Amino acid sequence: MKTVHILLQVLFAAAFAPLVSGVIRKIKNSVRMRTGAPVLQPYYNLFKLLGKEEVRSVHSSWILAAAPYVVFASTVAAVFFTPILCGGPVFGEAGDFLVIIFLFSLGRFFQALAGLDAAGAFGGMGSSREMFLSALVEPAVLVAALTVSLNAGTTDAAAISGGVLRSSACLGAAAMLLAAMAETSRIPVDNQETHLELTMVHEAMVLEYSGRALALIELAAHIKQLVFFSIIASLMLPCGAGAGLYGAGGYLAKLLVISLIIALTEISLAKMRLFRAVDFLGFALVLALAGAVMSAAGF
Amino acid sequence: MNLFSLSGPVFSFDPLSVFFLFVILLIAVPAAFYTAGYQKGLYSPAKTKLSWLLFALFILSMLLVVAVNNVLLFLISWELMSLVSYFLVTFDSEHDKSVTAGTIYIIMTHAGTAFLIAAFLIMYKYAGSFDFDAVKAACLIMPPGVRNTLFCFFLVGFGTKAGIVPLHIWLPYAHPAAPTPVSSLMSGVMIKTAIYGLLRFGFWMLGGGELWWGEAILVIAAVSCLVGVIYALMEHDIKKLLAYHSVENIGIILLGVGAAFLFLKLELYSLAALALAAGLYHLVNHAIFKALLFFGAGAVYKATGTRNIEKLGGLIKLMPVTAFCFLAGSMAISALPPLNGFVSEWLTFQALFSGMLKMTAGLKVFLMLAAAALALTSGLAAACFVKAFAMVFLARPRSKKAEAAAECPASMRNPMLFLAALTAVFGLGAPFIFPVLQQVAVSLLPVTAAGPVPFSPFTLAIPQAGGTASASPLLLALLLTAIAGAAAAALYFIYGRNKVTEGETWGCGYYSLDAGTEYTATGFSKPFRIAFSFFLQPYHKTEKIYDSPYRLSSYRYETHTTPVFSAYFYKPLLFLLYSGARKVRKIQPGSINIYIAYIFAAALFLLLFMEKF
Repeated sequence: MKTVHILLQVLFAAAFAPLVSGVIRKIKNSVRMRTGAPVLQPYYNLFKLLGKEEVRSVHSSWILAAAPYVVFASTVAAVFFTPILCGGPVFGEAGDFLVIIFLFSLGRFFQALAGLDAAGAFGGMGSSREMFLSALVEPAVLVAALTVSLNAGTTDAAAISGGVLRSSACLGAAAMLLAAMAETSRIPVDNQETHLELTMVHEAMVLEYSGRALALIELAAHIKQLVFFSIIASLMLPCGAGAGLYGAGGYLAKLLVISLIIALTEISLAKMRLFRAVDFLGFALVLALAGAVMSAAGF
Repeated sequence: MNLFSLSGPVFSFDPLSVFFLFVILLIAVPAAFYTAGYQKGLYSPAKTKLSWLLFALFILSMLLVVAVNNVLLFLISWELMSLVSYFLVTFDSEHDKSVTAGTIYIIMTHAGTAFLIAAFLIMYKYAGSFDFDAVKAACLIMPPGVRNTLFCFFLVGFGTKAGIVPLHIWLPYAHPAAPTPVSSLMSGVMIKTAIYGLLRFGFWMLGGGELWWGEAILVIAAVSCLVGVIYALMEHDIKKLLAYHSVENIGIILLGVGAAFLFLKLELYSLAALALAAGLYHLVNHAIFKALLFFGAGAVYKATGTRNIEKLGGLIKLMPVTAFCFLAGSMAISALPPLNGFVSEWLTFQALFSGMLKMTAGLKVFLMLAAAALALTSGLAAACFVKAFAMVFLARPRSKKAEAAAECPASMRNPMLFLAALTAVFGLGAPFIFPVLQQVAVSLLPVTAAGPVPFSPFTLAIPQAGGTASASPLLLALLLTAIAGAAAAALYFIYGRNKVTEGETWGCGYYSLDAGTEYTATGFSKPFRIAFSFFLQPYHKTEKIYDSPYRLSSYRYETHTTPVFSAYFYKPLLFLLYSGARKVRKIQPGSINIYIAYIFAAALFLLLFMEKF
């Protein structure tokens, strides 16, 4: 029964994830007084890409061909360990909260290798920056994760999402939100909307991809964003055990608030220079550590 | 007095010794096979024989170090190991670099051994015997001041061999200078004998001690992790890069060991067993993947004649097996699931976290900082191995040498494949391996009560206050395969076969770009160089090259980083040493009359005051 439940949750997450991106885009456009693309545009893009043929660089190796599957598999695997819809079941026998972080490193590792595989300068630049940013994100994410685990007394995701909300977790959630901005290629760290060489990070890394491979990578990026938002909504700010429908409503509300914050940040800030991102992520780490100190003090 | 006091048994095969014997042999056997392939056509017959002799002696000395049950024999084996490894470091002595490297190595290692000798003599003073068990009994009744001194001596003595920061400076010189199979043994196994020493003498004999022992080890471990990996990121010599990663990984091992010291002092025995087992797990894992990576680096070096990753590239097509094995090693060292590095790093996090649950607020935050350091290290290590693998194996060859490379012979491939398989075995088989390591850890504790973690064939489960934290490399591997397979199958059935056409890499409209426009290792590591510039202190050199007094033909631009530890610690130390030596020289003017006067004065002094001693 639980297995079916988890599988349904994963399918839901995969189907729902592009919508979140669509909503964020729609919010941004509304605030800018533009009509913008329909909310379902991310789905149209995916289906368009799936129907197209793939062009692969002659200089590339099997790494470039295999990477989309590794990225996709590791991202979807992360969904198995993240409670979606607050209190959703997780595959707790196979992994805890920390495993989610490790799974993302697996996907990122192959993505970065693929960026360097095609012998172009863009991909390498993107890979370099991506690994740089993610290395700086890692301690903030981990400290935030360990803070809520400390509150729950375990790193087991199911137990954490069933726990009570404590004030230290709010700081952790704020740190996780900043980390999520960096991990989902959002302004002020990265910019999804541009293809200007000097500013792009994630887009530069996947520049050589097309067709089916690109569709997989884009879907994985949507899912990764949903996982990060769900971590904030169900793990960092849990609504308690047995929340049921109320929990699901709360989850969707929290998701909407996170999307709003992200969208409003994106339109009100400019992208930072790469080396300013160090301060930004350093701030995330300090927030997370402050949360840890509060948690240690019993708050 | 029987100086050797071989009253007890000469060898001991307790769980700790057996574990280390296993680790040494696990790497030594494939290294021996690899050596056979690696040396072919490299040395003259006489030199080949000499190399085998030293190789065998080296392994024997390491086995002796971890097997003897007597302090004096330990010291003799330790010294034998240091000397033989010195000869191996300088084996390719036609390179000036290896002679310098050997000199730095032998000075550092003997400075460390001096501390060990001092510590052993203090122990002998209290125990009256060199037998391990007798010394252990004596250690329990020593005054705390002596125990603290002993701990510090062991930390410096063994730390020098382990390569902890700031005693690491020999390591990035000595390990790359040795022939590759020896590098793999030195990085993979030899530095682990120092961990053995720290556990045998610091943990088992002294048994816990003060709270600050564990804290000191944790701080050193965190600093070693970060310094090691940051230097590795700046390094373009593939073997030197790997050597710096040994500094990093010793740090990760010591995070587990340091946490175990801390928990032992606080009498949290099951936690101490968990932390120590995590450290030991990372120890054997590091031995496996570091040996594997050195084998790969050696194969690349033999095929191309260069260790500079800026001159390599594209080897994945020319050396597919080596590339595959190096990828497995890179994934393992970057702690990617489901390979072995992931398991031990996850366990180390769990050990630190389980400790946090039972600590006072201050120590909670302290352990949290250690975990944050480990997280940053692991992110940087992944970046470093993206760089290392991609620059060596991906994209287009950056030099003629790299274009001409060919796959290495089977005698070198098979040991690599064996170790690559081991990274998977020690990852997927973690639920079977971890309980064994816990038993080893429990055997070092003063009480036997520490209950091992409940066994499950699929999952590593750590019981915690609020539930159970689990990780299952096997289930993760199955899950990843199933998802990738399902995605591929679904796409195939809905959209049919993937249509792929080959094209040129996008180059902004230019279509005759060569390898010169590829991203370089220097470029890749530039963000890190700038972000950590407060520590690395990079500087540039620009040189104008004229082909006649009137015409500037080219610029030469170099970027370097300041070796902080040599510049601010060892250089001043050497300066003090030299200036001290110059002052001492005044009493040695070379006149025989004065020397006779010295002898006379000494004899007089002894005659007058001998009775007082």
